Amino acid sequence: MTKRQRIVVVGHGMVGHRFAQAAVERGLTETHDVVVFGEEPRAAYDRVGLTSWFGHPDGAEGLSLLPGGVYDDPRVRLVLDSVVTEIDRAARTVTVVSPPSAVGDLLSNPGAVTVHDYDVLVLATGAAPFVPPVEGRGKDGCFVYRTIEDLEAIKAASEAATSGVVIGGGLLGLEAANALVQLGLDTHVVEMAPRLMPVQLDEAAGVTLVRHVEKLGVKVHTAVLTEEIEGGDSVTGLRVRQAGTEEGAPTEVVEAQVVVFSAGIRPRDALARECDLATAPRGGVLVDEQCRTADPHVFAIGECAAPGGTMYGLVAPGYAMAEVVVDALLDGPGTFTGADMSTKLKLLGVDVASFGDAFATTEGALELTYADAVSGVYKKLVVSEDGRRLLGGILVGDASAYGILRPMVSSGLALPDNPEQLILPASSGVQLGMPDEAQVCSCNDVTKADILHAVAEQGCESVADVKQCTRAGTTCGSCVPTVKNLIEEHFASVGKVVDKGLCEHFRLTRQELFDVVAVHGYRRFDDIVEAHGTGRGCDVCKPAIASILASQTSTHILEPATAELQDTNDKYLGNIQRNGTYSVVPRIPGGEITPEKLIVIGEVARDYGLYTKITGGQRIDLFGARMEQLPAIWKRLVDAGFESGHAYGKSLRTVKSCVGSTWCRFGVQDSVGLAIALELRYRGLRSPHKLKGGVSGCARECAEARGKDFGVIATEKGWNLYVGGNGGATPAHARLLAGDLDTETLVSYLDRFLMYYVRTADRLQRTSTWIEQLEGGLERVREVVVDDSLGLGAELEAEMARHVGGYADEWAATLADPAKLERFVSFVNAPDTPDPTIAFTTERDQIQPIAPALIPVGAPA
Amino acid sequence: MIDLVRATAVCAVADIPLEGGVAALVDGLAVAVFRTHDGSVHAIGNVDPFSGASVLSRGIVGSRGEAPVVSSPMYKQAFDLRTGACLDDASVSVPSYDVSVVDGVVLVGGVR
Repeated sequence: MTKRQRIVVVGHGMVGHRFAQAAVERGLTETHDVVVFGEEPRAAYDRVGLTSWFGHPDGAEGLSLLPGGVYDDPRVRLVLDSVVTEIDRAARTVTVVSPPSAVGDLLSNPGAVTVHDYDVLVLATGAAPFVPPVEGRGKDGCFVYRTIEDLEAIKAASEAATSGVVIGGGLLGLEAANALVQLGLDTHVVEMAPRLMPVQLDEAAGVTLVRHVEKLGVKVHTAVLTEEIEGGDSVTGLRVRQAGTEEGAPTEVVEAQVVVFSAGIRPRDALARECDLATAPRGGVLVDEQCRTADPHVFAIGECAAPGGTMYGLVAPGYAMAEVVVDALLDGPGTFTGADMSTKLKLLGVDVASFGDAFATTEGALELTYADAVSGVYKKLVVSEDGRRLLGGILVGDASAYGILRPMVSSGLALPDNPEQLILPASSGVQLGMPDEAQVCSCNDVTKADILHAVAEQGCESVADVKQCTRAGTTCGSCVPTVKNLIEEHFASVGKVVDKGLCEHFRLTRQELFDVVAVHGYRRFDDIVEAHGTGRGCDVCKPAIASILASQTSTHILEPATAELQDTNDKYLGNIQRNGTYSVVPRIPGGEITPEKLIVIGEVARDYGLYTKITGGQRIDLFGARMEQLPAIWKRLVDAGFESGHAYGKSLRTVKSCVGSTWCRFGVQDSVGLAIALELRYRGLRSPHKLKGGVSGCARECAEARGKDFGVIATEKGWNLYVGGNGGATPAHARLLAGDLDTETLVSYLDRFLMYYVRTADRLQRTSTWIEQLEGGLERVREVVVDDSLGLGAELEAEMARHVGGYADEWAATLADPAKLERFVSFVNAPDTPDPTIAFTTERDQIQPIAPALIPVGAPA
Repeated sequence: MIDLVRATAVCAVADIPLEGGVAALVDGLAVAVFRTHDGSVHAIGNVDPFSGASVLSRGIVGSRGEAPVVSSPMYKQAFDLRTGACLDDASVSVPSYDVSVVDGVVLVGGVR
């Protein structure tokens, strides 16, 4: 057996993280241990989406690419807060300086220095913002824009400021300007070039963009040079003069208390230079097509690397390099030979895309443009001299055609006879056959063929499936509409009806059905199927409609109009077990129960000979009840103060809690109290799938709240709300929706979140897949729930209030109504004869079902 | 035609919920008796052949194409109420019984 090899990764940004992820996924960790040193205090996060941090200021975790900071594979170890200071290539070691907390020995290691061996070293140190040598750049109030810490500092400084200026009108500069606008500052952008985004846009596109940006209140100064940053210790303004004028020419001052430098980035290649590895003239560690330096044990990837002498300042090429190195270490053939520098993004709410030969530098290239100054749309196509091939283009204001156009460039697909149709407004629906090798997701290098393979061979049926299978659409998300179209096209082409209808009886989706029921006020299945369906329904549409009716009304599910629509579990208010018996699960809110009630459960179980087991939801299941026994068992329980636990329903199950601040010496909030309140608030809510919640009293998270559809974790200041978690076959961690909420706000957000889910999810869709499938994902949920962008908040809360007000215990109501009790008999003509097929044996002092003999096929019963 | 002398009277037709079912004991065997939307009554064996549990009367009654069906509450296979044939597995069926309604009383006869 060969000895395990050790890979040391320097840097845990997006690319370092991707390397570790790929190492796990592709099996490199079978033979290699991976240690990643990150110098920031937190694990890798989405720097591309940095501005969205302002939406939820205490939610740095919302951006995290590795929430929790630990890889599932124990052979990958992440060490944060640690700086690699030296590489010894001869000894194959790195020297690491960590603060004492990271190595655990506070007394002897005040800032520990440790030395680590490597067999393979991967440099992923990224880049640093470039600060031009302007006089006054060290004053208080000057910042760069790259890390969450930078943003925190800018936010703090903005509190006392009225205006801010961004130096640099490129991609990042406009992102930074967006940040300043969100902080409420009077915002200016100064750019040396005559237009914004000079690298990506031509003049006409730049002008269109300026018009959009200025509409948002940002003042744009193009073709100006920064002479000096004015002020004493702190910034008061920026002195600028027109580009092209001599020194001493008239200047003007842009008043600002905050200055953000966003004038480009420089590769962080110092470690490599210090150990005599070659760097490119414009920075970046020189590497070959496998991203290997001159030293065969050392690789460099991402913004710190310069494959073939060129540095790439985008995340997609960095990801590609990470994959190439993992491939190389597995003796694969992968190479990195350049990258598609196409970009599509939303800047300050404006769609901007630039791809291929956007400036028509190819000999003989022709340009086709479409501009609509009124609506602020500019589109340009660059085509080959013969008009047959698309070479590149620019889109501002409407980039919807990007998904079709960019792959046409990389694939060389022949243009249609009237290429202008591609950018004229009416053509937005034009579908063009894309060749298989066309790259659909440039962030993760996923081609059309990869997506079709996932759909045709790997059983993917939805965007969410394809995301999981191929990673397409998981970084910037701009290709998601294309992915969706490809999936639909594929199913149409193989003759599989892309029918999003529920079943053969309804062509409507659950969401459409929900709306139809709400609009018409239907209360009976017959009315719904007559108006909107065919036939007499089935085990798919009937329970779905029963659930929709239950969500919209507060009538008992066993009322005559809906009783026969219920699935067997709901029909008998219990979970059917393999031998036809049912389980009995009384609600124990938050898992808190008195000794008296525990004794009642014990007595009932003993008297009816039921099997008892403690569940993961902190309550007690009683198994083996015959259907006809259910009313008597529940009578005992209801009389003792219990109510239905809805273990049988697609509805709220439990809200699990840890013991919280009442007893636990670490707890910071009363988690049990909140869990009980939430469980009682949402009990009985019928939903597209079962719902589970959790509340933890501190960050130790003993209630495992992030494994639930909604999880609440106490902070010193209030509660953090996480959504979209579940266990089961496809576990998902809940993600942060909003942080440090007071209890009232928390409840109103939860009301909105749950009702939004109940209204719009598909049948049997858990919250995690529902969020994944929403266009915009979690961000969309945040817009609706937190920002109330649809203005639906009050309506959703009112619906929840109606549910809460109309709640009544289903079992108590059933026991009080002889008509509802009629169904609980073994045989209609022999109510005293128990079902003879049910029999039990004893195992570990409790009953266990004996499997009923399977009936020979076709034989009489 | 049902043999009225040997048939078992199981319940009043009104005891069977519309588009629902009940279980009855006929000569010691469990029979599921259903009433469909058009008012007609059907009887098939109550034991679900896929699980062995005596539960078909608790399934959801509806239609598949033209066929009136019940879907097993256990694993959801559909059975044609008129014949007992499983529509999801042609090799499986449950017995189908003669059934008749006389003066509002449901009579279940022998296996067809």
